[in-house]
Amino acid sequence: MKRDITLKVNGIKYNLNIETHRTLVEVLRETLGLTGTKKSCNEGECGTCTVLIDNKPAASCLVLAVEAQGREIITIEGLAEGTKLHPLQEAFVKHMAIQCGFCTPGMVMAAKAFLDENPSPTAAEIRKAISGNLCRCTGYQQIVDAVMAASAALRGEA
Amino acid sequence: MFIRRLPKFEYHTPSTVREAIAIAGKHNGDAKFIAGGTDLLLAMKKREIMPAHLVSLNGIGELRYLTVLANGKPSEEAGGLKIGALTTLAQLLASDAVKKDYAPLWDAVDVMASAQIRSLATIGGNLCSAVPSADTAPPLLAMDASIEIVNHSGKRTIPLNEFFNGPRQTTLGHKEILTHILIPKMDSSSGGCYLKLMRRNAMDLALVAVAVCLKLDETKKVCKEARIALGAVAPTPIRVPEAEAMLAGKKIDEMQITEAAKIAGMQCHPISDIRATLEYRCSMVEVLTKRAIERTLQRIQA
Ligand SMILES: Cc1cc2nc3c(=O)[nH]c(=O)nc-3n(C[C@H](O)[C@H](O)[C@H](O)COP(=O)(O)OP(=O)(O)OC[C@H]3O[C@@H](n4cnc5c(N)ncnc54)[C@H](O)[C@@H]3O)c2cc1C
Ligand code: FES
Ligand code: FES
Repeated sequence: MKRDITLKVNGIKYNLNIETHRTLVEVLRETLGLTGTKKSCNEGECGTCTVLIDNKPAASCLVLAVEAQGREIITIEGLAEGTKLHPLQEAFVKHMAIQCGFCTPGMVMAAKAFLDENPSPTAAEIRKAISGNLCRCTGYQQIVDAVMAASAALRGEA
Repeated sequence: MFIRRLPKFEYHTPSTVREAIAIAGKHNGDAKFIAGGTDLLLAMKKREIMPAHLVSLNGIGELRYLTVLANGKPSEEAGGLKIGALTTLAQLLASDAVKKDYAPLWDAVDVMASAQIRSLATIGGNLCSAVPSADTAPPLLAMDASIEIVNHSGKRTIPLNEFFNGPRQTTLGHKEILTHILIPKMDSSSGGCYLKLMRRNAMDLALVAVAVCLKLDETKKVCKEARIALGAVAPTPIRVPEAEAMLAGKKIDEMQITEAAKIAGMQCHPISDIRATLEYRCSMVEVLTKRAIERTLQRIQA
C-alpha cells in the first residue's frame, strides 16, 4: 500500500511515494539518504533515532512516515549552517563528548529541543533531559558538560 | 531481541470521530486505531498483533485539547479538567493547570518514558493499552476521573474505575473510541500525589506505584474523603477501599496513616516476575502509600 506524501525535512519539501508501513527513520535514512539519524533498538528505548518534529524531540522509529506529513522535521543534518557547526555540535567536539559517535546525533537533537525550552539548565535537568538517550562509551559526564557549555554559548555568555 | 520492521497494513485518515468509527466498523475486528503509536507500532513490530487496517486518530482535531471547565454548565457544573484522548504526555507536562490543580497526574507524566516518547504518546493510548503499570491510571482513579466513549450508536460516560477488565483488557469494543477524560475539580482543602518506584530514575515501568487524593475539612486536620489507587500490583490498576476507609471521616494522625498503608500492602495482589518479587512489591506498596499520604497532607497544609 503506497501513498503520496510531502515531507518537510530541514526546510526542504520532498514529494514521496512511500509504503504506509515505513517508519520515519527508515524513510529519512533509506529514501532521503539522511543517514545522520541512527536506528538502533527500533523500539523507542535508546534515543539514537531522535529528530525534532514541530520542535519537539521524537523517536523516529515509532513514527509512521505518513503521519509526519505536514509537520516540520529537523534532523542532525539541519543544525549546521554550511560549514559552521551549531554551538551544541561545537561543544560536543570541544568537550570530547563523542567516542564512537553512534549516540551523538540523537543526543544533540534531544539537547537542542531541551535547550530551546530551558536555556539556563542545571546539570540535574540536563541529565533528566537526556535520560531517553543511551551512550555506551562516554559515561555521560562529557555530554552533560558539553550541553552546559552550549547553553552558555547560546545565551551569548561564552 | 531483534525488532523487525512493521508488517504491512492499509492506512486510513479519517477527520472525524464518526468517520473513524465507520471505517473500523467496515473492517470488523481487523482494524486498529492508532494514536501516538508508541505501544501499537511496537506490538506490531514484535508481531504480537497484525491488524490489516490502521485507522489514524491523529487527523481528528476534536480529540486533541485540554480545557479547564468553567463552573455553570449543567452537566459539568462542578468544573474540572477535560482532556481530549489525543492529548500527549508532553502537553500535559507543559500545562500549568495540570501541575497546579491536578498534581497527581502531573507527577505521573513527569516520570513517564522520555522526552522523545512523551511528545508522541497520548493519555488515551495509555489508558486503552491498559497494562497494569500504566502510569496515568492510578492518579486518574485517585482523582475520580470518568471517561467518555463513543460508538456508532451514541456515547456513554463511565467512571474510569469501570474501564479496566484485566491485563491489556478494557470494556472498550473494537469499534469504540475513547474521546475524553474528565477530572472533577479539587478545592483548596483537597490534594494528592503520585509516587512511582522504578529501577532507574527514568525510562522504566513502575515496579509499584501509588496515587493518593485526600479531601480535608476546613481545619485541614480531619479527612473527609480519601482515595488511594495502586499500579503494577494487580491485573489492573486498582483502588483500595479498605485502606481508604481507615482515613475517611477521621482525624489523621501517624497511627491512622501507618494502618492505612499496612492495609494497602495487604490488599494488593502482585505477581513475582523478573523485575521484583511479590513480597517486595507488597512491602513497597506499604512504604509508598505511607509516603504518598504524608506528601499529600504536606501539599494541602502548605
Ligand atoms: C520507550 C518507551 C517507554 C515507555 N514508558 C512508559 C512509562 O513510563 N509509563 C507508561 O505508562 N507507559 C510507558 N510506555 C508505553 C506507552 O508509551 C504509553 O502507554 C502511551 O501513553 C501509549 O499511547 P499512544 O498514543 O502511543 O498509544 P497507541 O500505541 O497509539 O495505542 C495504544 C492502544 O490503544 C488504542 N487506542 C489509542 N487511543 C485510542 C482511543 N482514543 N480510543 C480507542 N482506542 C485507542 C490503540 O488502538 C492501541 O491498541 C512506554 C513506551 C515506550 C516505547
Ligand atoms: S532506534 Fe528509535 S529509540 Fe532506539
Ligand atoms: S559515543 Fe559511543 S554510544 Fe555514545
